[in-house]
Amino acid sequence: MDLSSDEHLLGDSIITTKVDAVIDWGRQSSLWPFVFGTACCAIEFMATAASRYDIARFGAEVLRFSPRHADLLVVAGTVSMKQAPILKQIYDQMPEPRWVISMGACASSGGFYDNYTTLQGIDEIVPVDVYVAGCPPRPEALLDAVMQIQKMLWSEPALEPRHPNFKSIYDA
Amino acid sequence: MMHRMHIEIEELLKIAPSSSLEGVMGDTPLIQIDALELFNAIKTLKEKLEFTILLDIVGIDWLNYPLQKRERFSLIYLFRHNNFKDTIAIEVAIQEPIFGADSITSIYSGANWLEREIFDQYGIYFASHPNLKRILNHLEFEGYPLRKDYPINQRQICTKAQDMLDELSKELLKKDLDLEKDNLMPLNLGPSHPASHGTIRTIVALDGEKIVASASEIGYLHRGFEKACEYHTYNQIIPYTDRLNYCSALMNNIAFAKTVEEMLDIELPDRAIFIRVILAELSRIIDHLVCLAAALLDMGAQTNYWYLFNPRNDAYDFLSKLTGARLTNSFIRIGGMAYDLYDGWEGDLQDILYKVRKGVDETLIMVAKNRIFQDRVQDISPISPKKAMEMGFTGPNLRACGVDYDMRADKPYYYYDSFDFDVIVGSCGDTYDRLMVRFEEILQSIKIIEQAIVALPKGEINYNDRSITLPPKSEVYNTIEGTINQFKLIFEGIKVAPKIHYSAIEAANGELGFTIISNGSGTPHRVKVRAPSFLHMQAYPQMIEGYQVADAIMTLGSLNIIAGEMDR
Ligand code: SF4
Repeated sequence: MDLSSDEHLLGDSIITTKVDAVIDWGRQSSLWPFVFGTACCAIEFMATAASRYDIARFGAEVLRFSPRHADLLVVAGTVSMKQAPILKQIYDQMPEPRWVISMGACASSGGFYDNYTTLQGIDEIVPVDVYVAGCPPRPEALLDAVMQIQKMLWSEPALEPRHPNFKSIYDA
Repeated sequence: MMHRMHIEIEELLKIAPSSSLEGVMGDTPLIQIDALELFNAIKTLKEKLEFTILLDIVGIDWLNYPLQKRERFSLIYLFRHNNFKDTIAIEVAIQEPIFGADSITSIYSGANWLEREIFDQYGIYFASHPNLKRILNHLEFEGYPLRKDYPINQRQICTKAQDMLDELSKELLKKDLDLEKDNLMPLNLGPSHPASHGTIRTIVALDGEKIVASASEIGYLHRGFEKACEYHTYNQIIPYTDRLNYCSALMNNIAFAKTVEEMLDIELPDRAIFIRVILAELSRIIDHLVCLAAALLDMGAQTNYWYLFNPRNDAYDFLSKLTGARLTNSFIRIGGMAYDLYDGWEGDLQDILYKVRKGVDETLIMVAKNRIFQDRVQDISPISPKKAMEMGFTGPNLRACGVDYDMRADKPYYYYDSFDFDVIVGSCGDTYDRLMVRFEEILQSIKIIEQAIVALPKGEINYNDRSITLPPKSEVYNTIEGTINQFKLIFEGIKVAPKIHYSAIEAANGELGFTIISNGSGTPHRVKVRAPSFLHMQAYPQMIEGYQVADAIMTLGSLNIIAGEMDR
């Protein structure tokens, strides 16, 4: 039944909207981060979560340390080749939809560790949605990344898998 | 210095007839010993001559070194005497990596991981080592990355994490236990869990809630610091040192710069020294605050986390005003400082000290007499002074056992002997002592900073030598000599004549030392960090046996293992 022409009859008690919009609205302010904190950047993540910067103001304070409960992966710190399979395992355990923030130079590109042990950017392992520059980024920059994800999320279809064609170095 | 130790040296030369006094590294005599005589010499060194602390073992690849060496590889062992003042170094030339040297793990249990690291990085074998297996690099890695002929950026893909059951079974076997037969449950603590502080992994065998055996795996944050050093000039290494113990970055800067300055044989102006003392103690405060806040948070005492974390944030505001960065400051330069203090720093700093003291007071009101806190941490994982020294403990973790050893008091540098402060010791080395020592050390550091503020002299902050420190910007922009000077120093680096040197400071976690081998150019031939966390972590699996999982988390927090420093 198409009610759109008779919407005024329903008064204030019912709102009609699109499924996508209502789901995205709900997701937007309840991102649950999993922090894959490995190094110095994780210390700045701690500051972001603490009272001064207070990530709770953006609805993302429910830190989950089981990937199965989380939908926002924050990779904070250097990822070594040894660590890479673990990152992959954690990402695979997260249910869709999931977003990934790459926090800091190391996670984004290997930073100044262009050497035999360091992965040159986590996007060789998992698809990244927002890269945050800095070594380490200031807490404000990380908060900005969370807001970017919130914005990005509005324009996405709510029920389709994200990054279906992504290939990691392990898929080669 | 040499004469004070000549008895020890004579004794060693007697035990090992082929040995010779090769030279000195600052005030540390360096003795050359044949690999065959090594084991006995080191045994004598510990048992008779009382060099009770094994500081470090350094592997070296001499390929392309300008001075001719007998063999391509050698090892340098560093020991500290029971009087906490004298240090001795022993060098062993390695004829064939595959035959290597005898393991000294049965003499110093702390040697276990140090030898494994050398095996991992250089492929040098240690005969009768209990568990000679890669430690920092993953098991699929081929080749030996710290060898000079291994290309720095040749990465190797790791497809899966090891299960660690081999090491766990070995530990169980020692106790006559078996996972299957005794119905024990293996459980992984970490590597990716906040309570495992990021990247540390420990596998435990549980009997109910009780840990009966365990083994730790490290290396997840191995970032190739030491190899990177061989490709950068001395001042370019400063930012890398920031990221060793990233909770007290400035202290790493200072330890490194101090070592190089000693190699150059230069004396800093007093103002630079006092500024370094102030910044080092502030870093110690920050480091302890993070350790305590995180440990209490692990226990569920969240309020204290805010109380301790907020003043830390204020300290970061001060540092970012001073250095431009909150965490990774890179503020120290070889021969001085990047800048002088800014106008009005004193008020800012006093304000921080006030807030830190308030945070500590408020936290202590909540925990000092709190029954839950006491029950959770008292008598948990104590470690005896003897065992701790054998494992190479230093810093607050060693002092917690009651050992009165603090380099600031025992081997004073930077005028620490003229400051009035107490060395804080615990009584039994349990988790409680490790935490409480840190609370008290924060207050002592505040005391030192207050004295340093009053005594801070005026004057230069850089050593005045244009082959070491940069010319003032006014000269660089206005004179051709200044421009050339700046250019040469930046591109070629500070030239350090070929020598081997070890120096250390009392950092937040213990003795943070650097062994540097220079080759006359602007880039070191080899840099090895003596990282306190590496040695502390080695003792961890043994410390948690017999306790519950929840206790193990607190023990890890109280040891304050910082992965960046441990894995390098
Ligand atoms: S980006 Fe910088 S601060 Fe972050 S983990 Fe890497 S080195 Fe540390």
